[in-house]
Amino acid sequence: MHRRGVGAGAIAKKKLAEAKYKERGTVLAEDQIVQMSKQLETFKSNLEEFASKHKQEIRKNSEFRVQFQEMCATIGVDPLASGKGFWSEMLGVGDFYYELGVQIVEVCLALKHRNGGLITLDELHQRVLKGRGKFAQDVSQDDLMRAIKKLKVMGNGFGMIPVGGSYLVQSVPAELNMDHTVVLQLAEKKGYVSVSEIKDSLKWEKERACHILDHLLKEGLAWLDSQAPGEAQYWLPALFSESTSRDVTPEEANQMTP
Amino acid sequence: MDRFSWSNGLLEINETLVIQQRGVRLYDGDDKAKLDVGVVLLSTHRLIWRDVKNHECCIAMPLSQIILFEEQAAGIGKSAKIVIHLHATPANKEPGPYQHSKYSFIKLSFKEHGQIEFYRRLTEEMTQKRWENTPVSQPISTGTGSQAGRTRAVGIVGIERKIEEKRKETDKNISEAFEDLSKPLIFYPLYCMIVQTSYLWISNLCQAHILLCEMVELSRSIANKIKDKQGDITEDETIRFKSYLLSMGIANPVTRDTYGSGTHYHMQLAKQLGDMLQAPLEERGGMMALTEVYCLVNRARGMELLSPEDLVNACKMFESLKLPLRLRVFDSGVMVVQLQSHSEEEMIASALDNVLDKGSLTAEEFAKLLGLSVLLCKERLLLAEKMGHLCRDDSVEGLRFYPNRF
Repeated sequence: MHRRGVGAGAIAKKKLAEAKYKERGTVLAEDQIVQMSKQLETFKSNLEEFASKHKQEIRKNSEFRVQFQEMCATIGVDPLASGKGFWSEMLGVGDFYYELGVQIVEVCLALKHRNGGLITLDELHQRVLKGRGKFAQDVSQDDLMRAIKKLKVMGNGFGMIPVGGSYLVQSVPAELNMDHTVVLQLAEKKGYVSVSEIKDSLKWEKERACHILDHLLKEGLAWLDSQAPGEAQYWLPALFSESTSRDVTPEEANQMTP
Repeated sequence: MDRFSWSNGLLEINETLVIQQRGVRLYDGDDKAKLDVGVVLLSTHRLIWRDVKNHECCIAMPLSQIILFEEQAAGIGKSAKIVIHLHATPANKEPGPYQHSKYSFIKLSFKEHGQIEFYRRLTEEMTQKRWENTPVSQPISTGTGSQAGRTRAVGIVGIERKIEEKRKETDKNISEAFEDLSKPLIFYPLYCMIVQTSYLWISNLCQAHILLCEMVELSRSIANKIKDKQGDITEDETIRFKSYLLSMGIANPVTRDTYGSGTHYHMQLAKQLGDMLQAPLEERGGMMALTEVYCLVNRARGMELLSPEDLVNACKMFESLKLPLRLRVFDSGVMVVQLQSHSEEEMIASALDNVLDKGSLTAEEFAKLLGLSVLLCKERLLLAEKMGHLCRDDSVEGLRFYPNRF
């Protein structure tokens, strides 16, 4: 880092540099920083006014949040970068998303033992809403996705996989490449997939299909039903829906097994 | 109700809008008219009513039809009304929604209030009778496009229809809406009078966008100069600049150094974390995943929460601030905070001991043994494997680690 020198020699040198710059018509960076701090003051007061008019709307209406975020994104401004930013302090957007991040982490952690760290955006949405209670602000799927994007920064494997028109949210650092993703997408319709289905739809060799399915089993993302009629079925608990599955207690399970 | 004629709602030259009110239902005498709730508009010349949902359905009546009018107070379950008594239908009246009516009065029912002001304005207009001074020509029944030179029609119906369409478009395709930002914002102030909050919102958003663009441009220019080491910029000034970027949420293009964003805010945070995390870390064997730290810290704060980036940037400063914590990134990308006192050798040794003790271990079993998270236990086992102390048995039954006898 440069340090401003003291003494006549340094002052003269500075004057010379300034003169040179002014000659070329360029502005000194220091002057620009001063200019920036002035503009920031203007911006702050404008933002205060903006907040006084629209803070409530943003809080209550997820559509407003989307528009606001998109506006910032077009310029390369990230209003969620820091809790110390103007946006958080004056507009209050920060806390909304950061708290949502905490809730998402907690839901994913609670269900990881069951679905291996993969959950549909729909299920995540439902569970987060339930956890927030009746009187909390409404949360949209767009809100969830933005919160998840932020969580990625912390390197715990958060990501989103497009599947069947929506997304699967991954919350563990399992390596999932294109092959895995494609199989997940295939399984989305019924919640399970078989080797021959993969061979038919994707035109893969048996080895490739088995390799991918084995990996999903190992990562705990798929369960093997070897008793299925015909051939073995690989079920994905992340894709279990209300219509095809339900939670049972151990006692109930004991009564149900033949 | 048979005094009304179909209209396109466009005002004539010299005809001015006085007041309009939403949420009004018309009554034919004492009976509800066979129309929905709509908007009533009072001009200097006419009384106009338009259906909210179907903008084509628009009717009007000259004010000269009105003999007298009176207020009818609201009751339980009944909105306030204005009762308007009318002259007989003129012979040359244009067709309207009613061919004939047995009543010679109508009522305006104000379901969303506004009757007081409307009554006041109606009184004014009926007193001044401005329509007598400035007679208007017959209403134009077709679109105004080609007649632009002839009338300065401020076609309310046309404008509101366009706004409705634009609103629908905007809702569907946000990016298209923002392409309009490059065009001058002439329309919006004009429409603000007539239009709802959402356009005030968009107008303000547009202005914010313009201001932000300037700021980002400026910051990029400064960043380039700093990168090229032009001029004599002190460390203080650089730190100040970085804090401006932070408060705006502009990505820091200047440095991607290991000191993170290097602002005072993050230094303070790092020190706070140093204090706050000592006990939890010790409880958890000296290591915590960053997401765990994030939840812990933010739950404790309750408000003024940290962003994930704040946390990462603060943790990156542990070493330079000589705090007894370290941020560590595993090969898998998992990020943890660990106590510096917690050495690598200790972790590996303990992993090896446990595996020797049990013969073999999976991450889940190890986690149960130590009472720690599965994620971190897996990392420890992987680390021990990396150092050559353990080897793996990778099958569909899971990943199991054995002592390395090679």
